[in-house]
This record gives sequence, structure tokens and C-alpha cells, in this order.
Amino acid sequence: MRYLPKSPDERLKMLADIGAPSIDSLFEVIPAEYRLSRDLDVPRQHAESEIVAYFRAAADKNATNHASFLGAGAYRHYRPVIIDSLVQRGEFLTSYTPYQAEITQGTLQAIFEFQTMIAELTGMDVANASMYDGSTGAAEAVMMAVRITGRHKAAVAATVHPEYREVMATYAKHQGLPSTLVPYDRETGRIDLAALEATLTDETAAVLVQSPNFFGIVEDIPAIADIAHKKGALLIVSIAEAVSLGVVRPPVEADIVSMEAQSFGVALSYGGPYCGVIATKDQYVRQIPGRLVGQTVDSNGYRGFVLTLATREQHIRREKATSNICTNQALVALMATIFLSVYGKEGIRELAEHNLAKADYAAKTLSAQPGAKLPFTGAPRFHEFVLQTDEAPAAWSQRLLDQKIVGGLDLSRWYPELGNATLWCATEVITREQIDAAARLLAAAPVEA
Amino acid sequence: MTTDATRKTTGKVRPHQTQNESLLFEKSSPGKRAYKMPPLDVPAVDAKSLLGEAHRSQSAQLPELSEIEIIRHFTRLSTWNYAIDLGMYPLGSCTMKYNPRVNEAVSRIEGLAEAHPYRPESLAQGILEVIDLLQRCLIEITGMDAITLQPAAGAHGEFTGILLVRAWHESQGNARKKILIPDSAHGTNPATAAICGYSVENLKSNAEGGIDLEALAAQVDEETAALMLTNPSTIGVFESQIHKIADILHAKGALLYMDGANMNALVGKTRPGDFGVDVMHLNLHKTFSTPHGGGGPGSGPVACKAFLEPFLPTPVLIQNQDGTNHWNYDRPQSVGRVRAFYGNTGMFIRALAYILANGPDGLRQTTEDAVLNANYIRKNLEDLYELPYKTASMHEVVFSDKRQSTRGVKTGDIAKRLIDYGFHPYTVSFPLIVHGALMIEPTESESLKELDLFIAAMRSIAREVEETPEVIKTAPHSTRVSRLDEVQAARKPILRWKPTE
Repeated sequence: MRYLPKSPDERLKMLADIGAPSIDSLFEVIPAEYRLSRDLDVPRQHAESEIVAYFRAAADKNATNHASFLGAGAYRHYRPVIIDSLVQRGEFLTSYTPYQAEITQGTLQAIFEFQTMIAELTGMDVANASMYDGSTGAAEAVMMAVRITGRHKAAVAATVHPEYREVMATYAKHQGLPSTLVPYDRETGRIDLAALEATLTDETAAVLVQSPNFFGIVEDIPAIADIAHKKGALLIVSIAEAVSLGVVRPPVEADIVSMEAQSFGVALSYGGPYCGVIATKDQYVRQIPGRLVGQTVDSNGYRGFVLTLATREQHIRREKATSNICTNQALVALMATIFLSVYGKEGIRELAEHNLAKADYAAKTLSAQPGAKLPFTGAPRFHEFVLQTDEAPAAWSQRLLDQKIVGGLDLSRWYPELGNATLWCATEVITREQIDAAARLLAAAPVEA
Repeated sequence: MTTDATRKTTGKVRPHQTQNESLLFEKSSPGKRAYKMPPLDVPAVDAKSLLGEAHRSQSAQLPELSEIEIIRHFTRLSTWNYAIDLGMYPLGSCTMKYNPRVNEAVSRIEGLAEAHPYRPESLAQGILEVIDLLQRCLIEITGMDAITLQPAAGAHGEFTGILLVRAWHESQGNARKKILIPDSAHGTNPATAAICGYSVENLKSNAEGGIDLEALAAQVDEETAALMLTNPSTIGVFESQIHKIADILHAKGALLYMDGANMNALVGKTRPGDFGVDVMHLNLHKTFSTPHGGGGPGSGPVACKAFLEPFLPTPVLIQNQDGTNHWNYDRPQSVGRVRAFYGNTGMFIRALAYILANGPDGLRQTTEDAVLNANYIRKNLEDLYELPYKTASMHEVVFSDKRQSTRGVKTGDIAKRLIDYGFHPYTVSFPLIVHGALMIEPTESESLKELDLFIAAMRSIAREVEETPEVIKTAPHSTRVSRLDEVQAARKPILRWKPTE
């Protein structure tokens, strides 16, 4: 086997050295009836060329070269080439969690830079070293608010990503943490502020909203924060589209921000691995879940970095830990850090403005087609929008697919009340030509007989 | 302190050029840039008037740099890391094996890497086939009946597995109250039980470091939901009474959960599903060679017996009559979703590439080599380091610092000194049942030559403990930074860079 660095003779020599008669003698502690005496029924050993061929064939069965207007928590942005050049360096790729600080300063410094960038972007004081993804991060943020407030209820906006809400429900179910769904305003597509106010009680630990929300609409964070804080609840803002922060005001009134950083240079990869991150105010840092990197000095007084505040974590606190989380998404966080270094202060704004312009053009163009309209008006959007059509999405989406265009996402499984509604996303990689083609095909409904 | 004694090496290590590298923010200056946007092909918009109050008036203080500076920055940082690619990484319980490069190559094939999770299933059949084949392989390897790949990491898999346990008990009329956890377990086990709403009851290990059957029988009752067992245990010992453990639990209606962290000792030689395990998680980033990446991403599939299948997270992959694959969301008994989308798909691709590269013979040989390596180290160090449990070792061996601590040298000091010899330290002070533990897992990826260098280093350090203990207590001496002040870091946390006025 080509990954195994031993010759048959060396194995025999080692067995002799150990004093074991055979390799199987080392497995005699396993009761005989449970020892596997046959080959596993898995594919035979493949040559590297065959492995590449297998996956290429699989890739070819997927769609390729389609224009895609899909977003909804997973966004296609251009990924600068140097991201993969750098993260594939073995020293990053094949290193472990940096518990041994003297020989992991590279990873530690990069995470410290990541934490700084996330704090800057979100308007929070501190950020952690990453979470699994945006959905689990939002659930962990709610549990964090429960610890801080000592309260045990949550109010969750119906415009939070439906799958994030499902994950939160799974986490909350066994912790005596009931949550109330707060409806959205049918005119604006924002959270219904009056309903929110009516929902909150002295037992509410947290209000969880997403902004830009699942419909792509920017929520009125200062107003929501006022309502939450008046009741002594914390405000958690979930951000599924991190690039929005280039042009959208950061949620500085929030107490906790839970962000999905996939947009920062991470491939779509059919849903993962992505990169969640939690940011918060200084006073809550000891309740933050997951790993944190801090600056310190070595015994000669030089600056260095270590994993810190570990007394929150499971390997020290066991069942009293802030979370059971252990692994983070270090390599994906590194991708985000490189992405943000490439775009930098000016680039992230310019990139976000391109997204804003593409989506604005797409929304105007698509909604100008006969039978199509934008159901939500009056509140600002980033790069996603809901489109309602007279014709059922199943019908027109096939016309688009035939021309290699993947149209907006059908919302009926989550928001049946919106009728023939689809969620469209236009990032900087979408071209005017693709938008115009989608609009033409949308309008090309067969004439009813 | 750079005397001959502190620089002494086994021939593997020579000092190499290291550079200072400031933070990105300290290298920034206004107007530098590493990007260029293409011309906008739609009308430009006035962001301020479109967004109104929601417009960001003040830019985030991100660094402004050119491309070469970014390349040099991260390349220099990378040289400060130890990595599997540089040498042996004997972290017990972490299974730091070689991460094959073909895994990286195939995970980046455009048709796989660029697949949106919500694309129509008709346009995603290739990736669904990959997921399906990996699921079938993992079910076969574990001897279980069903699987979910949704959990993002090992601890997330534990969470999912215990939710399955809970849902099943609830379906039987009583969720039960407690989870039994051996004192040798990973910290994630009790933390997981707690977030699933269970109380944790500690199970004391017997004299061999394994499960004490009598104590277990006394502790299991009608309120015990499950035992969370790591097998082989964290001291690298196979629970040879495993079937009796399962019987004791099952007799009281409790389930056996297996933490699959140490699966690298079992693949192709025995199957948890055959020895009584009801539900378990795997760590694709341990046993199945996906890279640790400095702490993630991981992937923690959960495999279970058929009676737990109805409770698996939504959605599950099923096959249509025509052979196409399809996500089924209609799962009324499901514990719910544990993650958005379907899991860390990029890791599934890598794990399957690893299984294909090995085949059944390679997987078995891998396990055999991992166990052979651990036993070779044990044999060549047991005269100098205390072996608290004499039971046969599987894929890892746990020593204690009992002899060295009489000279004031602790396991953590020896670990730091190993760095000077060109090795990553072993796992320190874990498992908790061994005072001053040195937990060593070489994995199958080490050649005889590298093992001999490691053994020579450990033997040399044992001599230094007698002759020059101070050198060890102040190690490492060869790194760019010396021991870092962790107390200061925690007392007055500096968690981000701020500009100096």
C-alpha cells in the first residue's frame, strides 16, 4: 500500500524485536468471535490515476458551466488563486490544533489575525477562532445568551435561515429552552417589530435575527436592539452573507454576532466545510464557546500567541464546559483571512458594491417581466431578493435549466404563504448577459390555449 | 541558553532560518491593493442611497497589502508550524496520519467543489453518488446498519449519537436520566451528555484501565440511557470483555455508544457493530486521513443499528427506483437537523479517496502497521519510562512520568524537550486516570527509521533527566519563541490587534 512506509522485512524485524510471533498475535486481545476473518466489502485498492478518474466522472455527472442564481446561505464569490496556494502548504494543512504554542505560531498568529478582522467587520470587541458553521454557531450563540442572562427562552425571527432554525430547535429541545417564532411584516419582509415586542417577557434570554435576513433584506438592527434590551434580553444577529459587511452597517447594537464566513473565499463544496464564527462584547468573552487565541510574551519577552481562556472548554471543564465543541474550522478560517487580506479595506467595500449593483439590476430586470413582481418593498436589500411569479417555479425553472441557468430557490417548502415565490441571489460573478437571459426565459411562458 | 547541551540533537534537527513577521495590520499602508475588480457590466448604484440608514459609513480596518506581501506573510507564518509533512506527530488519541495529496486534488475538481447545496438533485447526482458510496463503505467498516454524515466533527457526532439514544428511549416511553462515562474518557463525552440533557455518572476504571464489569453491573439501572465507551480505551487497550459490557447494558435496556476516536486500531480487524455497539461516531479527520488543518475542519459521521435509523437527522439519502439518489426530508421520528445542508462534503470526498486508495487489504495493513508501530515504541521505551498498565497495547501506548518526576521533570517538560529533537510532543497529561501521562500514538505513517529516531530521542531525554534536568525544564531551546506565558494571556486577554495611538 503506497502510503505505508515499511518493507515486508522491516515488519518482520519489528515483530521479532517486540517478541511477537505474528502480526495477528497483537490482535489476540480481541475475542476470536469478533475478529474479522474476511476482507471488508469495500472497493478494491485503486491506483491514483483511477481515483482521479472516478471523481472526475462523478463531477461530470453534476451540472457544470451553469449560471446559478442560488444563494440562501451558500454564496458563490470569486476565490483568489492564492488562497489555495497558501492553504495547501503542508505546514498549515497537516498541522494539529495549536496546543503546543512554540511550534504552531503560524496557525496561532493567523487565527489572531482572523479574530481581529472579524471583530473589525462585525463591530464587536472580540471574535472566537471559528465554529463549525453559521447554523451551529447561531444555536451556540443562543445557549451563550442563556448562560449570560440566566433566562431560558428565545425569540427567533421567521426570517432566520430555515435550516439554522431547525438546527437551533434540535439544540434547544433537550435544554429546556423553548423558543417563539416571530413573524415577518408582509410589506417589508422584515421582522414584525410589534409582534416581537409582544413576544418578549422577563424570561426571554435572547432575540435571534438574521441580517441580511433569509429574504436578503437588511433588518432594522437599532430598533430590534432597543426592543430586546428594554426587556433585558440579548440581541443575537446571525449573518449568513459575510460579504454584506463591506457595505452594510455592522450590527454594533447586538450583544452577540454569529456569522457564516463561507463567502470569504470558501468553495461551495455542496454545503461544507464552511466557517462559523461568534463575535461579542468584551464583557461576555468568558461565556463564548470554542477556541480563542490570545497574545502574550515568551520567556524572553518576545510577542507570541497561545490558545487561551481554556477553562471554558470541555477538555478542562468536562460536563460543566460552555459547549462540547472541540474541533473548529481553522483551515477554513485561514482561507477567510487570506481572502480578506487580498480584498482589504477598500476591496471588501468595492466587492460588496458590485454585489449590490448586480442584485439591484437583476431584481429590476426580473420583476419587470410579465407576471413577475417583488413582494417586499420599502426596506433595503443586499444581493438577494424574493420574486413572485404567476407561473409556478417548477415550470419556468425547467426552461432556464434547459439553457444552463439555475434560477432562484423555490421557497414553498418553508414559506408556503408566499405562493409562487423564489429567492434569487446575484453576486459579482453573475453577468448582465446571464441576468438578461434569465429574464427572457422567465417571460417566455407558453401561451395558454 | 544555547549551550552544547541544549542544542544536542539526534541528527534530525538543525537550526534553520526563521524570520520575524509582523501582523498583517502592521504591514498595511493606505492605497496598496492585492485585488482588481472587473469592470461593472450593470449600472453602478449609489450604495448610500440604496441602503439608507443601513449603509456602512466607516470601513472596517482591514489591512491594505499587495499580493507578494500576502504570499510572503503566510508562507513565513507557515514555517513556524510543525506538521505531519515535516515529521512524526505522535499525539495520542489524535491519529495524526499522512494526509494524501490526491485527496486534496480530487476535492478541488470544479464539478464537485463548485456544487451549490440547493442545486436541483438532477444536477447533483455525481456528488450524491460519492456520498452514497462513502456511506456504504463506512457502514461496512463499522458493521452497523445506517449512517448520517451530517455532523461536522467528532464532538458534534457524539451530540448526534446521544440524541439518537435519547429519541429511542423516548419512543420506549422513558428518556432516562443518566449517561455512564468511564474516568478515562475524552472531555467531550461528559460535555456532550450534559448538552443532551443527561446527568453524567462517572465509571471508575479497573486495575487494567478497562471497564470494571462488577462496578458497571452495579451502576446500570433503569435510568441509565447509555454507556459512552472509547474502544480501544484512551490507554490504547481493547476492552476484551466488550460483549459482556454490551450484555450488561442491554439487559437493563441501556445502549452502548462507542466513541470512535480510536477506530484506527480496528479497521479491517474487527467491527463495532459485531461486538455489540448500538451507535458510534467516526472522525474522518483521524481514521480516514482528512487533514487537521491546524484544528479543523473535521467530520464526525454517526453510524447506528437499524432500530435507531428512524431517528437519524434530516435529511437522509435514499435511492429512487431508477437508481438515482434523493434527499428524504419526510422523517417524522428524526431528532431534527444538527447542521445546515448535509455536512462537510469536502471531507467526504477526501475520506472516500482514502478508502479507494487502500481497498480492503490496504485498510487492514494500515491498522496492523499502526498497532505494530505502537508496540515497537512500547518495547523500546518501557525500560526507561513507567508503564502504568501492562495490558497489551493496540494503536497507542501510555507511559507515566513517575520515574522522571522524582527528578522534578514532568511529562509536559519532556514533551517540550521532544521539540528540540525534531518531534511534535505526544499528548500530555491525558488520560486523567494516569498521573503524568505520556500518550503516544505513532500511527501507521511512520517508517522504521523515523520510529528509531523518536525512540533515540526519548531515550536521550531520559538520560538528560538524570544528568541535566534543567535543560529539560526550560525546553524548548530551538524554537523561534520560548515557553509562552499562558497565565498572562488568560489574566488580561488580548484577543485582537488594535492600532497604537
